Amino acid sequence: MADDPKAPAAVADDAVFEIHPHFRFQWEPVPKTYVLLFAEGRITLPGSSGEIMKRIDGKASVRAIIDDLQAAFPGTDLRGDVVGFLEHVHGKGWIRPKRAG
Amino acid sequence: MEKAGSVPSAPGNPLWLLAEVTYKCPLHCVFCYNPVDYATSGKEISTEDWLRVLRQGRELGAVQLGFSGGEPLMRDDLEIMVREARSLGYYSNLITSGIGLSEKRIAAFKEGGLDHIQLSFQDSTKEMNDFLSSTRTFDLKQKVAKLIKQYEYPMVFNCVLHRHNIDHVQQILEMAEAMEAEYVELANTQYYGWAYVNRDNLLPTREQLKRAEEVTNRFRERVGNKMRIFFVVPDYYEDRPKACMNGWGALFLTVTADGLALPCHEARMLPGLDFPNVRDRDLRWIWYDSPGFNAYRGDSWMKEPCRSCPDKVKDFGGCRCQAYMLTGDATNTDPVCSLSPNHKLVTDVVDRAQLPKAPNVEVKPIVFRDDKNSRALAKAGLSNTPA
Repeated sequence: MADDPKAPAAVADDAVFEIHPHFRFQWEPVPKTYVLLFAEGRITLPGSSGEIMKRIDGKASVRAIIDDLQAAFPGTDLRGDVVGFLEHVHGKGWIRPKRAG
Repeated sequence: MEKAGSVPSAPGNPLWLLAEVTYKCPLHCVFCYNPVDYATSGKEISTEDWLRVLRQGRELGAVQLGFSGGEPLMRDDLEIMVREARSLGYYSNLITSGIGLSEKRIAAFKEGGLDHIQLSFQDSTKEMNDFLSSTRTFDLKQKVAKLIKQYEYPMVFNCVLHRHNIDHVQQILEMAEAMEAEYVELANTQYYGWAYVNRDNLLPTREQLKRAEEVTNRFRERVGNKMRIFFVVPDYYEDRPKACMNGWGALFLTVTADGLALPCHEARMLPGLDFPNVRDRDLRWIWYDSPGFNAYRGDSWMKEPCRSCPDKVKDFGGCRCQAYMLTGDATNTDPVCSLSPNHKLVTDVVDRAQLPKAPNVEVKPIVFRDDKNSRALAKAGLSNTPA
C-alpha cells in the first residue's frame, strides 16, 4: 500500500512529496501570488499555503519543510498546520509521495 | 423588486490566450467552429509574430495558453512556440485531433514544456469517427492516445456530441476509460461556423439528450474521481443563455491564424467591429483600448430585456455572435433566452429536431469542412449573414 499514490495520506516526518506532474506550481507576477495550474484551471495559493507548497520539491522531507518554515516564521508551532495542509493537498491529488530511486 | 446591478465596463487582465495557429486541418468535421470562409482568410502570421504575441500576452497576465486551429500540428514551428510558452511561464495546452502527432514531436513537446494535450474523437466506432471527420483516422487517434499516456500527460479526451453520435455516449465513455482519460469533455455541438450550416442535421432530439445525460450520470457514479466528466448541453435546449466567454473581453483573448485579435473565436463574423491585427498593434492596446474589445464590455450597449434584467451580471445577455447570426443584430438578447422576443427562432429549430426525421435531412446534405466548400460558402456570402 505504501507505493499507492492514492492511498490515504500518511504524512510521516521522513516522507518526501513532489508536486504531481499533472500540475504546475509557480509564482504569478501580475496578481502577485503563488498559483497551481492544471488542465483548464488555476488555484491561487496565497500566504501560508503558497509558502508550504513552494518547499515541496521532491527532495525535502516533511520534517525539513517544517523546520525550514519554523525558521522563516518563528513564534508559533506550525507542525499541525503544515501536516494538515499536506494531508489536504495529498487528498486532492496535487502532490504525491516521491518514489525511491 | 430586484435591482439589475451592473456589468463592470473596465476589464481585468486576460487569463486565457487562445492561439489559433492555423486554419489548415486534415479533418473535415461537420461541426467545426472555424469560420466557414476560412479558405479565403489572410496569410498566416509568422513564427516571430507568434513569439511576440506570447510575450505580450504573458506581460498582460495571461497564464493559460491554448494552441488550437485548425490542426495546430500543421505548423512545423509549434515546437518553437511551445518552448517559448514554457519559458514565459504559461500553462500550455495543445488542442488536437492527434493527426500528425508522431513520437518525435510529442517527445519534443514534453522536453519543451508543453503541459497538456486535449485529444478529440468524433465517435466510439471507427466507422462513425471516420465518417464524421471525412477521413480514415480512428486507428491513428488510438495510437496517439497511447503516446499521450506514455509521455505522462494528463489525458483530456474530447468528443463533440450531436444527433449522429449522442446515442453512443456509453461506448464513448468506455473508450475514454480504456484510454485512462483523466478528463472527459462531452461537449454538445454549439451552432457556429460549420455546425451552423449543418444545424438541422446535427441538433439532437430532447429524448436523445435526456438519455445521454442519464448514461453520463450513471457512468460518473461508477468511476468516481478517477475520471472527471463534463457534459455540456447544447444551449438551444436551455432557457437562459450561456455566459459566453465569461463576458466580452473579460478573460479570453483569441488570436487567429492570420493575426486578428478577437474576444472570442467566433467574433470575426460580427460586422462593423474591425478587429485589430497583431501585426499592427500590441496586445496591451488591443485588450484595453481597441474599440472591438470594448464594444460589448459593461452593459450600456444592451437593449431590453437585458438592460433591466437582474441576470445580466451572470450571463451578460448571452452570446453576441449567436444574437447576430439568428437576429441580424449583435446587440439583441441572445435568442436562447426565453425572455427574448426572438426566442421562437430557437424553439422552432428545436421543435423541428423532434420530428421523427428532420425534414431537411434529405433535401439538405451534410456539408463537410473543406477548402472547396469554404470557398463556395464565402462566394455565396453565407459566412457573415444570418440564415
